[in-house]
Amino acid sequence: MIHKWLTGKATNILIPIIAVFLGILVGAIIMLFIGQNPFTGYAALINGAFGDIYYFGEMLRMMTPLILAGLAVAFAFRTGLFNIGVEGQLIVGWLASVWVGVAVEAPMFIHLPLSIAAGAIAGALWGFIPGFLKARFYVHEVIVTIMMNYVALYTANHLIRTYLLVPGERTERISTTASLASPFLQSLTDFSRLHYGFFLAIFACVVLWFVLWKTTLGYELRAVGYNKHASHYAGMNVNTNIILAMVISGGFAGVAGAMEGLGTYGYMSILSGFTGTGFDGIAVALLGANTSIGVFLAAALFGALKIGAPNMQSAAGIPPELVDIVIALIIFFVASSYLIRLVINRLQKEGK
Amino acid sequence: MNNVIEMNNIRKEFPGIVANDNITLQLRQGEIHALLGENGAGKSTLMNILFGLYQPTKGEIKVRGKKVDITDPNVANELGIGMVHQHFMLVDKFTVAENIILGSEPTKSGKIDIRKAEKDVLELSERYGLKVDPKAKIEDISVGMQQRVEIVKTLYRGAEILIFDEPTAALTPQEINELIQIMKALVKEGKSIILITHKLKEIMAVCDRCTVIRRGKGIGTVEVAESNPDSLAAMMVGREVNFTVEREKAKPKEAVLNINDLLVKDTRNVPVVNGLNLEVKAGEILGIAGVDGNGQSELIEAITGLRKIDSGKITLNDKDLTRLKTRKITESGIAHIPQDRHKHGLVLDFSVAENIVLQTYYQKPYSKNKVMNFPAIFKKSKELIEEYDVRTPSEHTQARALSGGNQQKAIIAREIDRSPDLLIAAQPTRGLDVGAIEFIHRKLIEERDKGRAVLLISLELDEVLNVSDRIAVIYEGKIVAVVDPSETDEKELGLLMAGGKSKKVGEAQ
Repeated sequence: MIHKWLTGKATNILIPIIAVFLGILVGAIIMLFIGQNPFTGYAALINGAFGDIYYFGEMLRMMTPLILAGLAVAFAFRTGLFNIGVEGQLIVGWLASVWVGVAVEAPMFIHLPLSIAAGAIAGALWGFIPGFLKARFYVHEVIVTIMMNYVALYTANHLIRTYLLVPGERTERISTTASLASPFLQSLTDFSRLHYGFFLAIFACVVLWFVLWKTTLGYELRAVGYNKHASHYAGMNVNTNIILAMVISGGFAGVAGAMEGLGTYGYMSILSGFTGTGFDGIAVALLGANTSIGVFLAAALFGALKIGAPNMQSAAGIPPELVDIVIALIIFFVASSYLIRLVINRLQKEGK
Repeated sequence: MNNVIEMNNIRKEFPGIVANDNITLQLRQGEIHALLGENGAGKSTLMNILFGLYQPTKGEIKVRGKKVDITDPNVANELGIGMVHQHFMLVDKFTVAENIILGSEPTKSGKIDIRKAEKDVLELSERYGLKVDPKAKIEDISVGMQQRVEIVKTLYRGAEILIFDEPTAALTPQEINELIQIMKALVKEGKSIILITHKLKEIMAVCDRCTVIRRGKGIGTVEVAESNPDSLAAMMVGREVNFTVEREKAKPKEAVLNINDLLVKDTRNVPVVNGLNLEVKAGEILGIAGVDGNGQSELIEAITGLRKIDSGKITLNDKDLTRLKTRKITESGIAHIPQDRHKHGLVLDFSVAENIVLQTYYQKPYSKNKVMNFPAIFKKSKELIEEYDVRTPSEHTQARALSGGNQQKAIIAREIDRSPDLLIAAQPTRGLDVGAIEFIHRKLIEERDKGRAVLLISLELDEVLNVSDRIAVIYEGKIVAVVDPSETDEKELGLLMAGGKSKKVGEAQ
């Protein structure tokens, strides 16, 4: 039995690793197909992410919202909900944090936490709506969260255009008292846009783990996610828990938006389309098997791929879109984990 | 008589366990052969080997005297072996005929010939007295008829040897009788049947011979005519089993639970519990007998706060529970062993330990300031696993991985350990084997002897008669009679349960 448990656990770790490997492998085949050398291609990609301290800083910067978006998806998933609305929650979180960052005047130790909290609350509110609709009227959260993404995008654009616009199709810059920008981290990384938010994202990983696995709240949320009927039987308030799960998930997503607003950019532009970070969060959570450490590692991988991509173009002449294909392939292989499991089991059988 | 199937010295190993160890099963032409064993004894593994889902580690299989290698279910099909699964494999939205032909559809110029299919199905159905309507949709027909569809499915594929995997688990007593008739008709037509079960009554009623396995080992094959339930049970469990629970007479005290004029309506606004009155005293087991669907489930849900009460009053030790939430009711001193252990009793994806604290996780010492105290939870779980003999590799094992009997023991451990004033046990032994049933009955009586009130709801008359100190008969949402189990029998109870009147007891309340 212990033997079985071990192999089960090992399989869970092996699957994402194999999926990444297969994604890169198929990516290499595609490079061959378009007449490029995959070795120079991937060398350029790695070089683009790690070859220069600046790019490394940018990679960590890129990771920050990816981690938080991934945590948002993972948290909801652990409680039996599929939050496709991280994108929208991220957008409202971004806007709310920038708004508070611009409009409020206060010393930093109040202003910065207040701005981050504004992002979290806005995201949480955006998560509350689908949570409430699900609990009260049995409306499926996937439908509502998808729709809420569009509402978030166009509402944010409207609000910026009407109330916050300055030349450049964007809001004013936030006051320095609300900024996560760190001259220290910038100087360390040759003036990349790396900011203190990165540490906040790592802290959020710990928070997610602690809440889910160490608190009565996490116990209830997981119980409701697995089996509503048994939770009801045990005297838990099922509806409250569903709403709470969406609120917390939305809160993580809102903070992801605040990272962009208070850290990377210091403002919010009118968006011509979705940022994509929220949707990448789904992939990050999936690849990270909805665990804190997994989400962190998956975000690191995606961050590196995205930052390294432009260098493939300039150094090896390979279109950066190839990276998107590799990411898609990785997700494809994770999603088809059944296939990988089958192969692992077959190999184990033959090994005996 | 010649053997149609010989499974000789079969051994099957899984990583870390031997599921089958030297089991021999020989099926004669035209017999009904029982395969008897406790939950988890290895019956399903053995049959899955015969059906080609697993390969044996050692041993040989002969079909009609010829040694065969059953590498997958298609090979089994070709050899004329068909399986009627415990969990039906049917497409709800398809008709009976469509389900039956699935995978071997008769075609006419490239199109499915549904007319021919329906005709064939009807013919088979009539020949064996199966009474299935080929045009009915699966979602519209009863569980019993769905099972008959499964039987026709195997016959349609030309099965000569039928394996029935615990076929009566989901059936009502009437449906069980019908099934027994069908099995007899099948062997009369020359089929041979293997019946996987742990119900001794069914074996006595219908089987010719019986092969017993215990913890993966073959114990032996006996002629049913030369054995009796006691000897079969002893073979299966490995010791003598008491069917009649030994106990002293109850010493009932004051009433703990009082229900007055309880009215509960369902979603269509039809009363399902309709002016019900009941009292359960400390130190007694009150059994509720009734045909399924006469308001038993709704009654329990109303008492435990899982369902809205329309009118009436429920009190526990004079405390009004009528409008309280489930948690408050639980805390007032009610424990509840739910009838559906997978739906309500357990979070199957949680570990055993996490399930042990399902009702108490928010209290000390299992959590403090909203932070879980896992060492305390594991310690408690270990104690209860030991005390209630829950067979699990550890307290960290997923509840899903346990056998039904051990899952039920875990629930009972959790509920009884809270020292409730009232213990509600809803069909506590459903689907369990005799060993587990005996254990659970003993626990219920122990609780009674500690002076607690026990409310037992069961669809099995044997159980109600054996365990209860008083029996209340429920019919159409009302208690129609309260009888003394020593002064009644199945016949009288059956009559009362069907809404008839008994001369002896008259109408209660």
